[in-house]
Amino acid sequence: MNLNGKKVTLHDMSLRDGMHAKRHQISLDEMVAVSTALDAAGMPLIEVTHGDGLGGASLNYGFPAHSDEEYLKAVVPKMKNARISALQLPGIGTLDHLRMARDCGVSTIRVATHCTEADVSEQHIGMAAKMEMDTVGFLMMAHMVSAQKILEQARLMVNYGANCIYATDSAGYMLPDEVTEKIGLLRAELPQNVEVGFHGHHNLGMGIANSLAAIDAGASRIDGSVAGLGAGAGNTPLEVFVAVLKRMGVETGIDLYKIMDVAEDIVVPMMDQPIRLDRDALTLGYAGVYSSFLLFAQRAQKKYGIPARDILVELGRRGTVGGQEDMIEDLALTMAREKGLI
Amino acid sequence: MSKKLKAVIIGPGNIGTDLLMKMQRSEWIEPVWMVGIDPESEGLKRAAEMGIKTCASGVDGLLPHVIADDIRVAFDATSAYVHAENSRKLNELGVIMIDLTPAAVGPYCVPPVNLADHARNLEMNVNMVTCGGQATIPMVAAVSRVQPVEYGEIVATVSSRSVGPGTRQNIDEFTRTTAGAVEKVGGARRGKAIIVINPAEPPLMMRDTIHCLTASEPDQAAITASIHAMVKEVQKYVPGYTLVNGPVFDGNKVSVFMQVEGLGDFLPKYAGNLDIMTAAGLRTAEMFAEEVSNGTITLPERG
Repeated sequence: MNLNGKKVTLHDMSLRDGMHAKRHQISLDEMVAVSTALDAAGMPLIEVTHGDGLGGASLNYGFPAHSDEEYLKAVVPKMKNARISALQLPGIGTLDHLRMARDCGVSTIRVATHCTEADVSEQHIGMAAKMEMDTVGFLMMAHMVSAQKILEQARLMVNYGANCIYATDSAGYMLPDEVTEKIGLLRAELPQNVEVGFHGHHNLGMGIANSLAAIDAGASRIDGSVAGLGAGAGNTPLEVFVAVLKRMGVETGIDLYKIMDVAEDIVVPMMDQPIRLDRDALTLGYAGVYSSFLLFAQRAQKKYGIPARDILVELGRRGTVGGQEDMIEDLALTMAREKGLI
Repeated sequence: MSKKLKAVIIGPGNIGTDLLMKMQRSEWIEPVWMVGIDPESEGLKRAAEMGIKTCASGVDGLLPHVIADDIRVAFDATSAYVHAENSRKLNELGVIMIDLTPAAVGPYCVPPVNLADHARNLEMNVNMVTCGGQATIPMVAAVSRVQPVEYGEIVATVSSRSVGPGTRQNIDEFTRTTAGAVEKVGGARRGKAIIVINPAEPPLMMRDTIHCLTASEPDQAAITASIHAMVKEVQKYVPGYTLVNGPVFDGNKVSVFMQVEGLGDFLPKYAGNLDIMTAAGLRTAEMFAEEVSNGTITLPERG
């Protein structure tokens, strides 16, 4: 693979996807420490939101230590060069949240829908584009449908006003060939002024390989997370990815040693548990299950005595999508009753 | 004289057609007119085949017939944008409006919680909230009638096939309206609503999860009894309304997991979200008719 001379924008997820792994309990001080260190390392774009996006604060997904507004107001003014993005899932967050994020100085809005439901994003993409924000359409669980379907849904988001489209491997299920096919088709068919991006999870250990395949196929934005802090087995670990890209001659503008230090000195000590490919995270990737279900399934195992792996496999079989965290406890209860445990 | 109130359905789409099929079984409501805006619409043709008078020129085309045909109830299954005008024109002629759009001109109505009050007050416009609201607010109310609820949160998961373009284009309206009704009707001090759309095939049944945070330690026995009683009330008009799991108590959190299977009239059984709207709308009109019949309320005078 020859990527020499290519340019790519890396986008850090540790303060948004990492919120899942931290049960949304990252402190304001930690947010500021990580983001300023990333800024100093040259990270161009950093996402700061509840793990489930703006307005994700809930019993269903977890109440965060602080509101989105508090996090954004703490982080945005501290940035010298980095821009801050916010995630939004229509059905959870509303236009009011979006306006709040804009008023806090967020530059990039990423509107996320399940990969077949792009038409619920018209309001939100439309408003972000109208406010002249960097507007990204984020198609989640992109492994579940064909490349052609992803393209069809991407076109809807472009029509609503998105200037960048992501194929998002929310379950960490994809293998490099699938990334090549999906990103390649998006790049070939979407207008040239629309960027293409890839967001990976490391549940099959493919974060780096898939992200390289994405760049090779034409992606110009790649999500990852410093020290891999993210849902499931985490996102593509950015310090590793920066090192790989440096060796391959890809320009990122990021200082390798500095980002290595952010990972080791700041982010790893914040972790409640090591972000690693344990049995349950591997199950997410193998069964194609939304990565943020991990800790919920492990909690259900503790409470009801049903192995997290059994719960996750069954959720995969049922075609569960992002946002259906409530079905984890529901399923564990049903399984526990069937086994006579409750 | 028949005790049945004569009705018009505005909007011959999925909801309007399902409503018509349910109404044909009603002891209290008689469908007379179906109103649309497209003479070629399948819904109007179906209604005509079922022996219903049809009109393709909107509510204005119906107005000259309202008095002559003694239309007393209207069901609006169009959109929030046109509802206010439809309602104004028909209310002027003394027609009670059951609003199935998210317009929410009139007060929210969730039958087992507050329909009796609306009927006694002869509210001329009642709004049926949203599908998610109909499926969850009875559960919030079942908790809040036992003890104060600080926070009520509902998660409605619906099949992709059952979510029409109107809801998709304005999904914020769903979350806002439902959250508002969780407070106003459900009795939670603060409300939140989340909707998830799932494209699995075959389509999944509507699932609804209700979480409440009670102000003080929950009275488990009383809340459990109240929830079971409320489920029975909803089952009177939506037989497929089922408590799958719960109530689960965790500190001050009370969680209830519901499934809603539709009757499968015009809409498939998995579309419990649409069925619970049409069933609740019809139940609402029936209650008005019952109150008229037993003399508790008197319909507006007509010459």
